[in-house]
Amino acid sequence: MKNLKLTSLLFITTLFLTSCSSDDDNIEPILEEEVITTLQVTLVGGGSTITMEYKDLDPEGPTDPVVTVSGPLMAGTVYTGSLTLLNELVNPAENITEEILEEAEEHQFFYQVSNTLNITNITYEDSDSNGNPLGLSFSFETGAASAGDFTIILRHEPNKEAEGVSNGDITNADGETDISAGFPLTIQ
Amino acid sequence: MRFIIIFLLIGGLVHSQNCEQELHGRVVDFHDGSPLSGAVIIVGGVEKYAQTDVDGYFTIDNLCDETYNLQISHPECSTVSKTVTVPYVGTYIIQMEHHLETLDQVTVKGSAAIDYVSSQLESRLEKDALDDLSHTSLGDALKLLSGVSTLNSGNTVVKPVIQGLHSSRVLIMNNGVRMQDQDWGVEHAPNVDLNSAGSIALIKGASALQYGGDAVGGIVLVEPDRVIRKDSLFGSTILTGASNGRGGTLSSSLSKTTAVGWYGHVQGTLKRFGDFEAPNYVLSNTGQFEKAFSVRFGLNKFTYGFEGYYSFFDSETGILKASHLGNAEDLFFAIQNEEPSVIEDFTYSIENPKQEVTHHLAKAKGFMRISNFGKLEAQYDFQFNNRFEYDVRRGGRGDQAAVDLELTTHTFSTDLSYDAHTDIKGNVGVMMRYQNNFANPDTGVRRLIPDYDKYDLGVYALGNYTLNDNWKLEAGVRYDYNHLDAKKFYRTSLWENRGYDVEFANFFVEDFGTQVLTNPVFDFHNFSGTLGFTHTLSEQFEIFTNYSLATRGPNPSELFSEGLHHSAARIEIGDLRFQQEVAHKVAVSLHKKAGRFQFNFSPFLNKVNDFLLIEPTGVEQTIRGGYQVWEFRQKDAYLFGFDIDANYQISRHFDMFSKFALVKGYENKDENPLILMTPANLSTTLEYKNEELNHLKLALESNLVFRQNEYPDTNPEIYLPISQTNEIIDVSTPPEAYHLMHFRVDTRFDLSRKSTLAMGLSIYNLFNTEYRDYLNRLRYFADNLGRNIVLRVKINY
Repeated sequence: MKNLKLTSLLFITTLFLTSCSSDDDNIEPILEEEVITTLQVTLVGGGSTITMEYKDLDPEGPTDPVVTVSGPLMAGTVYTGSLTLLNELVNPAENITEEILEEAEEHQFFYQVSNTLNITNITYEDSDSNGNPLGLSFSFETGAASAGDFTIILRHEPNKEAEGVSNGDITNADGETDISAGFPLTIQ
Repeated sequence: MRFIIIFLLIGGLVHSQNCEQELHGRVVDFHDGSPLSGAVIIVGGVEKYAQTDVDGYFTIDNLCDETYNLQISHPECSTVSKTVTVPYVGTYIIQMEHHLETLDQVTVKGSAAIDYVSSQLESRLEKDALDDLSHTSLGDALKLLSGVSTLNSGNTVVKPVIQGLHSSRVLIMNNGVRMQDQDWGVEHAPNVDLNSAGSIALIKGASALQYGGDAVGGIVLVEPDRVIRKDSLFGSTILTGASNGRGGTLSSSLSKTTAVGWYGHVQGTLKRFGDFEAPNYVLSNTGQFEKAFSVRFGLNKFTYGFEGYYSFFDSETGILKASHLGNAEDLFFAIQNEEPSVIEDFTYSIENPKQEVTHHLAKAKGFMRISNFGKLEAQYDFQFNNRFEYDVRRGGRGDQAAVDLELTTHTFSTDLSYDAHTDIKGNVGVMMRYQNNFANPDTGVRRLIPDYDKYDLGVYALGNYTLNDNWKLEAGVRYDYNHLDAKKFYRTSLWENRGYDVEFANFFVEDFGTQVLTNPVFDFHNFSGTLGFTHTLSEQFEIFTNYSLATRGPNPSELFSEGLHHSAARIEIGDLRFQQEVAHKVAVSLHKKAGRFQFNFSPFLNKVNDFLLIEPTGVEQTIRGGYQVWEFRQKDAYLFGFDIDANYQISRHFDMFSKFALVKGYENKDENPLILMTPANLSTTLEYKNEELNHLKLALESNLVFRQNEYPDTNPEIYLPISQTNEIIDVSTPPEAYHLMHFRVDTRFDLSRKSTLAMGLSIYNLFNTEYRDYLNRLRYFADNLGRNIVLRVKINY
């Protein structure tokens, strides 16, 4: 019985010591490396530049993303668009666009236009090493004055060979959604 | 010859002395001092012997003033040798090791666990049944017992569900060590190699308090092979090949035992499977590679002994590729599709997403018997559990684990049991535990489970009293103290959004901008208890009645979750405000144990106050689209139901076995059904056996799982930019009922006097039926397994 007491005493002491020592060293925060917080879109057409941004600095937290659009698009104009992806949780912000370019074969952007918005002829202006579209650069044409959502979707590991996918039809693309960002646009 | 001559000479000398002494003695049982009648005492060197009377007394007369060797034997004891010098004053007491059989049982099991849960009927799986399931998992094996179902993530990640409850509510003891293998996660299967088990016992309640007071669901006891005290060397090898998954298992064991009590046992298992297949397609990336071994050695004397044990378990498991999703839109389409989105050709390689788990378990145990009292045991055990989860990642990060958790546990426990009285038995014990969780920051993904230190202290006292032949009473109490000290980073937004910044301001340590470092510290005082009786109604019927009180502190996942759980594609949110769950369970079993028709009928009621559950609560908008949010919440609930096992001996060769289990779970007041309750299920087996025909056994099993008609409808609604519509994601509706047929045939040949060869063939899902199971987390994406033909060869040597 005496041995038992001694053993338990020893045990508790060990516990106490370990607990004391671990209290002092605080752990470091993990800055998520893989997160995309920001999608910036630059649209150039008709001699002017429109910028749009979808920023989500609290990716899984309760704060909603912030969406900004610099102004309305002009009717009957051809716009060329380019995308920039950032991780602004790290300082300085990390440009994820390069990562997407490096893994172009595993990524593809898709553009969804709501019925009420007059945007047509969406065309990929870039491609991966297999000649399949990527979509960091694209172009489209605006029609008559209207308003609606323009949604940009990025799929990771899509099936680019599936029917319609290379033409921008997302239906058979599968894969995993990395970005799904909707912008409210007005054409006037 | 020379010896005999010397002997005779000594004998001659002896005769010349005073040889009219008497030796009075008594033979008693070692542990309770009760008399042993019918023991034979032989005096070495002279042809004298005596037998003990009903009170254990004996007398040997006409002895000389000499030292004699006595040999004492008894049909139920090991033979004992003693030396006595005559004349001997008073009564010479000889203690014998009574109950050879129970001795082995008690020594190997550790604390005489099962004996102390007398008021609850325990179910058991013996070695033979386990050998047949060599290629499966602990969960699959337990499913053979009524009232047990499984919660699956695919068919290789299998968790046991006991009467509707699982994970932290089911306590798993592996060779006397409580498994600490991150059991909080629904996709974390127990890290136990089924092939290392000698037998498995199941207690559907918290009544075995020596193991813990928090077994709200029940306790699973994985026990090693029994140690027999005789000189022997034996072993077995099982080779299993399965058509589905195109793989199998090789498991081998070797044991050495000695008559003096030394023993050693080694065992190892290799399990390898490629992609499994549903009836109509390959389940891509569902392969498995498992390696396990264990070493056990010790000394098993009657009065003392010790044991050393080490086991290693390593498992790499692929997760169905089609289940890897981005956001809630992806989930919507996955549920809409009949078939999984990724179907590739069969392969053995395991890609991301996958899990890799390693578990080390080491223990040292010693025991000492105390004459006329009982037994004292002390045990130290160490466990190290390392879990990696690999995800499909961008930027070449696929080789970098997304989850890397290291859980280290040290436990020291003692148990003092009293068995000297025939009618009163009891034990008391103390348990001390230290646990550390380390979340490796190299993952580049925020810690899902925070770093923490946990200290547990438990004390218990249990006892049972045999009133008479028909009544046995049992009672026990336990107190547990848990101290949890965590280091947790919260997103500042969530920290404030949930009001933690005000209510738990004392936990705040440092502000890192978008994140805050906090130091949550919790103390929980948990009380548990049990009370019950066993009553023998007649030669055929007995009834078990047990009430158990279990208290479980919230686990780290329930307290701290706040973020994307990648493998589930959902945001999970716990709460720091959670209290302990307190369960009151009443379990009754009516057991007919004799006759051609035998059965168990076991109804139960489990009232759980502050029941913790996780449910979908909505959708959160992120740059990756909408995500399902699942929040933990706490509410009073109750579960009830019953299990039935029945068997009927139709004729000498034919038997029929049947089991049925029903469980219902509701929240109090609003009577909302609880999520993920096991659907009613019925299994019936018709068996033909003929011992004369090489132990031939043929069995046909029908397995019917009903549809779960009672479930909470918590479907979230999302906006789909693709179709510009709002859609409901149907995560709630359970799949249809299904019926499966299985067939098996077994034979056994005697190769020599000591070795046997057993062969068997099983066909699971005989008709290649397509089905999905409510308790399979991958039911949204793919069908369950199709037909599987399994061939088994087992050699005992």
